[in-house]
Amino acid sequence: MTHVTKACLACLLWLSIGVASSAQTTEDPQLEARLKALSAELRCLVCQNTTLADSDAALAEDLRNEIRVLMRDGKTNEEITAYLVERYGDFVLYRPPVNANTALLWFGPFIMLLIGAITLIVVLKKRAKLPSTETVESITDEQ
Amino acid sequence: MKLKLILPLALFVIVMGFLAKGLFLNPREVPSPLIGKPTPIFTAPTLDDASKSFSTADMKGKVWLLNVWASWCAACREEHPLLLEMRQHDLPLYGLAYKDTDAEAKTVLQQMGNPYIITATDASGKIGIDYGVYGVPETYVIDKTGIIRYKQIGPITPAALRDKILPLLKELEK
Amino acid sequence: MIPEIGHFSLILAFLFALIQSTLPFTGLAKNNQTFMNLAVPAARAQSILIAVSFLCLDYAFYSNDFSVLYVASTSNSNLPIIYRLAAIWGGHEGSMLLWVSILAIWTMAVTFFAKELPLRFYSTLIAVMGLVSVGLLMFILFTSNPFERLIPAALDGRDLNPLLQDPGMVFHPPLLYMGYVGFSVAFAFAIAALLDGRLDVTWARWTRPWTTAAWIFLTLGIALGSRWAYYELGWGGWWFWDAVENASFMPWLVGTALIHSLAVTEKRNAFKAWTVLLSICAFSLSLLGTFLVRSGVLTSVHAFASDPSRGMFILLFLAIVIGGALVLFALRAPTVGLGEKFDVVSRESLLLTNNVVLIVATGSVLLGTLYPLLIDAMGMGKISVGPPYFDAVFVAIMAPGIFLMGIGPVARWKKATLPELATKLRWAMAVSLVSALLVPSVLGKLTLMIFVGLLMAFWVMSSVFVALRIRLLASQNSTLLDKLKEITPAFYGMLVAHFGLAVFIFGVTMVKGYESEQDLRMQIGESVNVRGFDFRFDGVKPIRGPNYVAKQGLFYVTNQGAEHATLTPEKRLYPVQGAIMTEASISTGVMRDLYVSLGEELEQGAWSVRIYIKPFVQWIWMGALLMAIGGVLTLVDRRYRPISKKLNVESPGV
Repeated sequence: MTHVTKACLACLLWLSIGVASSAQTTEDPQLEARLKALSAELRCLVCQNTTLADSDAALAEDLRNEIRVLMRDGKTNEEITAYLVERYGDFVLYRPPVNANTALLWFGPFIMLLIGAITLIVVLKKRAKLPSTETVESITDEQ
Repeated sequence: MKLKLILPLALFVIVMGFLAKGLFLNPREVPSPLIGKPTPIFTAPTLDDASKSFSTADMKGKVWLLNVWASWCAACREEHPLLLEMRQHDLPLYGLAYKDTDAEAKTVLQQMGNPYIITATDASGKIGIDYGVYGVPETYVIDKTGIIRYKQIGPITPAALRDKILPLLKELEK
Repeated sequence: MIPEIGHFSLILAFLFALIQSTLPFTGLAKNNQTFMNLAVPAARAQSILIAVSFLCLDYAFYSNDFSVLYVASTSNSNLPIIYRLAAIWGGHEGSMLLWVSILAIWTMAVTFFAKELPLRFYSTLIAVMGLVSVGLLMFILFTSNPFERLIPAALDGRDLNPLLQDPGMVFHPPLLYMGYVGFSVAFAFAIAALLDGRLDVTWARWTRPWTTAAWIFLTLGIALGSRWAYYELGWGGWWFWDAVENASFMPWLVGTALIHSLAVTEKRNAFKAWTVLLSICAFSLSLLGTFLVRSGVLTSVHAFASDPSRGMFILLFLAIVIGGALVLFALRAPTVGLGEKFDVVSRESLLLTNNVVLIVATGSVLLGTLYPLLIDAMGMGKISVGPPYFDAVFVAIMAPGIFLMGIGPVARWKKATLPELATKLRWAMAVSLVSALLVPSVLGKLTLMIFVGLLMAFWVMSSVFVALRIRLLASQNSTLLDKLKEITPAFYGMLVAHFGLAVFIFGVTMVKGYESEQDLRMQIGESVNVRGFDFRFDGVKPIRGPNYVAKQGLFYVTNQGAEHATLTPEKRLYPVQGAIMTEASISTGVMRDLYVSLGEELEQGAWSVRIYIKPFVQWIWMGALLMAIGGVLTLVDRRYRPISKKLNVESPGV
C-alpha cells in the first residue's frame, strides 16, 4: 500500500471533520475569505477528493498557512497558484489550465454543441421535407 | 452502412481503449514538475548537531540522493532496510527528516540504523513544500549541476532501484 | 452453513441465467416455441435463487457471523441492527450482490408484466436481461464472492465506516441501483426491437413505463445521496462532480433524454432509431459507472477498493454487452424505420433539441470525468478536472435547454409557428425577467449567476402555468373542476416534473448566491450574530451512543430575541475503527437551513465552530422529489398501463 493510500484511508472520515485549525481564522476576515475562495479551487494532494479548503490533512493545513503567508506578502491569486503549480504540477488545480493539452477539454463541449446544433438543423430540414404520410393518431388529447 | 450508425460504436471503442490503458495507471500518483529543474535551495540544521547546518550549496558538483522520511511514517520503515543496503554500496544518500522532532528521528536511526551521510531536519515542512512533497517517503536524484533528475514517489522498491536509480546514478557520475 | 447455501444458490442462479439467456435466442433462431417458453420459468428460478442468496448474506450480517470474510470486514456486533443489514452494500462484494439482486427484481417484474407481448418479443427481452445477469454472476462468483470464509473467524468485525452509519446510506444505494439497473429493461427492449427489425408506437408505449420507473428511482437515489452528503459530511456541500457522482448523473441525463424521446416515438412514431440508441446509451452509462467505481481507474471518494483484475473483467463484460449492442445497432437501425414528418418549429423539434442539449451535457460530463485519464494515458502528465470546470460548462450548456423547456409544452405537435409561441409566452417572459431582478434587489445582492439562475427558474415556473392555462382554455367542459379532471395524469406529471426542476434551479441559485459561512472560535457562553440569527454557544457535554462516544455541543439560536432553535452538533469517536466524525446539527426550514458543526477543541474550553446559513437549500431536494412525483403521475396514467390494453404488436398505431 503506498504511503499516500495509507494516509488516505482515514480521509473519508477526515472529510466530515469540517473545520480545520482555526487559530488564525478570525484574524483577518477578508484574507480568510480570499483564502477560502482560492483554496476551494485547489486540490488536496493527500485527500485527493477534497478541496484544499475542506481537507483536514496535515499537508493541507501547511499549504493553507503557506498561502496565508503569501497573501500577506501581497502576492496575487495568480502568483500563488503559479507557486503551487511549480511545486505540485497542474494536478493541484481543480480548474484545469487552458493550454494545448486541455484545449479539447475546454472547447470540446462547445464543439459538441455546435455539431449537435448543425446536425439538428440538417435533420429538421430534411424531416420537414418528408412527404406527409398518414397522421399517426396515437393518443391524441393534445391539439 | 451509414457513417453515423457506426459513430457510436467507434466512440465506444476509443473510450474502451483509454479505460483499458487506465487499468495500468495509478491516478493517485502525482508526478513532480521539478524533474529537469534546479533543486530548490535550502539550508537546514542537521539532525546530529542542530548548530551545524546542511545546505544544497554544499552538494554542488556532486551527484546525490535526497530521501524525505519521518519517524511517524510506516512506509519509511519498510524502505529502511533497502536504504541501509544502498548505503553499504556507498550510494550518496542524504536524509531530510520531514515534520518530525529531533528526538523521535534520532530514536528511529538509533534503532534501525543510519543509512544517511547527513540528515537535515525540516520540522515545519516548509522545505518539503518547496520540493513538492505530498507523502513520505519520497526520494530525489540530483545531478552535479544541481538539477533534479528523478523522483521516487513512495518507498524505493528493489525494481525501481535496479531499473531506474542505479543506471541513472551511473550515467550522472560520468 | 447458511453462507454455503447462499453461495450454492448463486451458482445455481448462474446456471439458470445461462439457460435464460441462451435457450430463448436459440428458440428465436430456430423458431422453437418450447425454447422460447423456457425464458420465463428460467428467469423466475434465477430471481428466486438470487433472492435466497441475498437473504443468506443478510442472515450472516444479522447473526454477526464473523466467519464470513465480508461480514467481518464490514460489520460489528455493536452496530445497530438496521446498519448491520444495510452493511451488505457497504463494500464491493455485497454491493455487487445487491446489483444482481435488483436486476433479479426487475427481471421478475418483466416476467409478470410483459406476458402480453408476443412470445418472440418478450422471450428476447428476458434473454437479454439474462445475458446481463450471466456476466454479473460470473463476475461475482469468480472475482468478488461475498460468501468467502474467514478461517479462523474474527472475534468481531472491523465495523462499518461511520460515515455510512446513517439512514440516508441505508436507502441511497438500493434506490440508485433500482434506477441504474432498471435501465437494463429499456436496453432489453431496444435490443429486442433491433433483432425484431420493427419498432412502432406500441413498442414505445411498452418501453415508456419501464424507463420512467427506472428514472424515478434514479432521481430519488441521486437526490438522497446529495442530501446525505449535505448533512453528513459537515461542510454543507451537496454535489462535488466526483467521478462516481458523475457516473450516476450521466445515466440520469440520458434517461431524461430517453423519456422525452420515447414521448415523441409514441405520439408521432418518430425518432425511432434515436430512441433505440438512447436506450442502449443509458444502460451503457450505468455499466460504465459500475466499472469506474470498482476498477481504480479514477480516484473517487466513493470508490470501492480497486483491483485491476476486477477492472479487466468488467471491461470485458462492457465490451461484449455494449459493443455487441452497438454493432447490432449499426447493422439493424435502418430496419426500424424513419417515422413521421414534422416541421422545423414544432413540439417534436423542440424535444429533439432538448435531446441534443442533454446529450451534449452528458458528453461534457463524460469528457471532464475521463479527461485526467486521457491525459495520463497519453503520457501528458496529470491534471485535475473539478467543480470549477463542471459548474461552468454544464450550466452553460443546459441554460439554452432550460429556456426551450418553457417553450416545448406550449408548442403544438407537428407544426408550430414562432409568432404563435411568442404570443403565448410573452407574459411568462416578462414575469420571469421582472422577478429575476426583483428578488436580488430585495435581498441586496445581484450577480450575473443569480440573475440567470432565477430567470431560468421563474421562466420554467411561469411557462408551466401558461401550459396549464392553454389546456384549460381548450377544454370543452364548463366547470373548472371538470376541466381539471379532464386533463390526463400524464400531462400533470409533465407539469409537476418541469416545475420540480424549476424548484431545484431556484434552490441551487439561492444557496450559491446567498449562503453565508462563518468559521469562528467560540468560548462557552459567547454569542455571535450571523445574518440576523444569534447563536449562543452553551457548552459541550459527553454522551454515549451504541457504538460511539461523543462530545455534544449545545447552541441556542434566537431570531431577534425570539427563540428559534436548539442545535446539538457532535464530535463522535467510533472506537472500533478509531475514527472521529462530525455530526452537524441542522435546523431545517423551507426558507433556510441553519447549520452548525463543531471543529476542534481549543484551549480554555473554547471550540472552533462553523456556522452556515443556507437559504432555500431544501428546495434542491424538494425539486428532485417533485420531479419524481411527476414521473409517478405519468406512470399512473392508465393509458400507459399495458395490462389494461391487450395489444397485438403487429398493428402499427392504435
